[in-house]
Amino acid sequence: MPEKFDVIVVGAGPAGTSCALVCAQNGLNVLLIERGEYPGSKNVMGGVLYRKQMEELIPEFWKEAPLERPVIEQRFWMMDTESVVQFGYKGLEWGVEPYNNFTVLRAQFDQWFAKKAVDAGALLINETVVTECIVENGKVIGIRTDRPNGEVYADVVVLADGVNSLLSKQLGFHKEFRPDEVALTVMEVINLPKEKINDRFNLEDNQGCTIEIFGDSTKGNLGTAFLYTNKDSLNIGVGTTLSSMIKSKMKPYDLLDYLKTHPMVKPMLAGGESAEYLAHLIPEGGYRSVPKVAGNGVVVVGDAAQLVNAIHREGSNMAMHSGLLAAETVIEAKHRGDYSESSLNLYRQKLYDSFIIKDLEKYKDATHTFENHPQYFKEYVPMMNKAMSKFFTVDGTPKREKQKEIMKSVTAERGTIKVIQDIYRAWKAVK
Amino acid sequence: MHIVVCVKQVPDTKIIKINPKTNTLDRRSAPAILNPYDAHAVQEAVGIREKTGGTISVLSMGPPQATAVIKKSIEIGADRGYLISDRAFAGADTLATSYALSKALEKINKELPVDMIICGKHAIDGDTGQVGPGIARRMDIPPVTNVIEVSEVNLAEKTVLIKRKLSNGYELIQAELPCLLTVEKEINQIEYSPMPNMIKAAKYEPVIWAVSDFENVDRSQLGLKGSPTIVGKMFTPPRPEGGKKIEGSADEQVNQLMEILMEKKEVLTLQSSKQ
Repeated sequence: MPEKFDVIVVGAGPAGTSCALVCAQNGLNVLLIERGEYPGSKNVMGGVLYRKQMEELIPEFWKEAPLERPVIEQRFWMMDTESVVQFGYKGLEWGVEPYNNFTVLRAQFDQWFAKKAVDAGALLINETVVTECIVENGKVIGIRTDRPNGEVYADVVVLADGVNSLLSKQLGFHKEFRPDEVALTVMEVINLPKEKINDRFNLEDNQGCTIEIFGDSTKGNLGTAFLYTNKDSLNIGVGTTLSSMIKSKMKPYDLLDYLKTHPMVKPMLAGGESAEYLAHLIPEGGYRSVPKVAGNGVVVVGDAAQLVNAIHREGSNMAMHSGLLAAETVIEAKHRGDYSESSLNLYRQKLYDSFIIKDLEKYKDATHTFENHPQYFKEYVPMMNKAMSKFFTVDGTPKREKQKEIMKSVTAERGTIKVIQDIYRAWKAVK
Repeated sequence: MHIVVCVKQVPDTKIIKINPKTNTLDRRSAPAILNPYDAHAVQEAVGIREKTGGTISVLSMGPPQATAVIKKSIEIGADRGYLISDRAFAGADTLATSYALSKALEKINKELPVDMIICGKHAIDGDTGQVGPGIARRMDIPPVTNVIEVSEVNLAEKTVLIKRKLSNGYELIQAELPCLLTVEKEINQIEYSPMPNMIKAAKYEPVIWAVSDFENVDRSQLGLKGSPTIVGKMFTPPRPEGGKKIEGSADEQVNQLMEILMEKKEVLTLQSSKQ
């Protein structure tokens, strides 16, 4: 007789592990299934872990979790082919408890996190692919794996199977995601001695820096690049929506190579040794792409539910929080003994009441706007670079005249009405 | 039928790095896995149990995290597992290891008499292949090495029919039970573990014994103290140089090959001296 659990969680990433952890802590019988060799072996993230949502799950996690560096500086680059306009913030208050966010290497962090769930009593099974949900009378009653005698039953199945979520697609919760709803990101981990990182980024040992790069980093396409400091390695990566990649016929690895040899980036990587190469899809459809998240005996969390805020590069924190909300719902459903869709819809309500959906709603038009109006990345970034260059070059021209010239060149390139339209459109998309 | 399989946790030598200064394995550079030969040993025990019924126990020596290889063995199909773990075992060579394992086997044998012990041919981190035969000697049972097939287990007669791999062929022998086998990889294919085994393994807590759990143990034979092995020198073998590719038409290739062979006279003389 196949075993029955209270909860089966499919996928040991941040969303699944959070859900398994909280369910196990509350005495539920939890089975956590991971397709990789170990949790983290298949997971990819630029590398920023936010403190707040993690702390809600494991208080003072920074005292024992395998973290790289607390981020004390966030820089933003508007990059042209041979120049960059930069702004950012560096503050020592981010370098002390309770911190703001950290750089992490997921292969290590996810293993540690999953062990916390196991210590709380969850059963973790690796190297096992869940092929489908077992549905009976319109209700999910378990899962089927690719192993012999592979059926396992549960009151609730939590789908944390990541961006493509074939399992929720099989249930009809969403259609195949469109190329403009997902971004393809490639990244490399480059080993570099700690001292060099500290020198190049102006940091102390336990201080980290993140740089988000817009403009030429994606050759003007909708997307961003990033460069993050680990203890003794750098994470560098670049991603654009799949649709822009198709439209511009770019290969993702060509784009990463272009970035690595860009004159603004190359000196920071010099002498580094490539240690890992990773690629992954990121759900970036935002608010309008969030699928059905609860059904009879099933809930969907994390990337599988498209819970990513692309504008603020927040994803793992939303994943963790959604896992927590799902766990709270499942625990309440168990008390009621009711795992129907109407009972589990409490999760949907919690999700929509939380910062997750509120933030996604705020930016619901952003991706779409920037995707359909490439001028923001393609034209304005080079324009800004030219303007700054002109403004700061001392050549005897009076400053007031320079300002006039700059304004003139901007409106000459785009046309005054268009510029006003562009500003209004961008403001509307992010207001 | 009670089969005990001895397993070892080893670093995955496929990806391990070697410290260029000390010439020792940098164990942190590779994940710890179940020694591949031992996985085949467990799989073989599962195959035998299918025919004879009975119980499979696995036994390992190592630090507490070595419970991972016992869990892995449960995934493959073992019924239960024992880990002997104690600071007193640390630094053991093959002599001290086989002594410690034989003490554990004595204890297991008291709980449930052992009919067969199976080990992997050797561990991929040491490549000695001595612990298996060492255990057999201490238990005073026949060691049968390089096994590629266990064709018949006769519980009534207490015999087993075994095929052994030799350098120039194979050997078919009959051994008496209890005996100890060390197996080659080709003995079987590791099967994809069924889901119930995976769940059982995830739940399983192995029995952990320390030295104090054993009776009549001579502590001077354990760990570093009981290990007479001296490592004289360690070196990384040089990478073999790439070969030469002979190209051209068939005739040209034969001519070229003959020229090379004629130049390397020792190849030809070696052959002729053999005849």
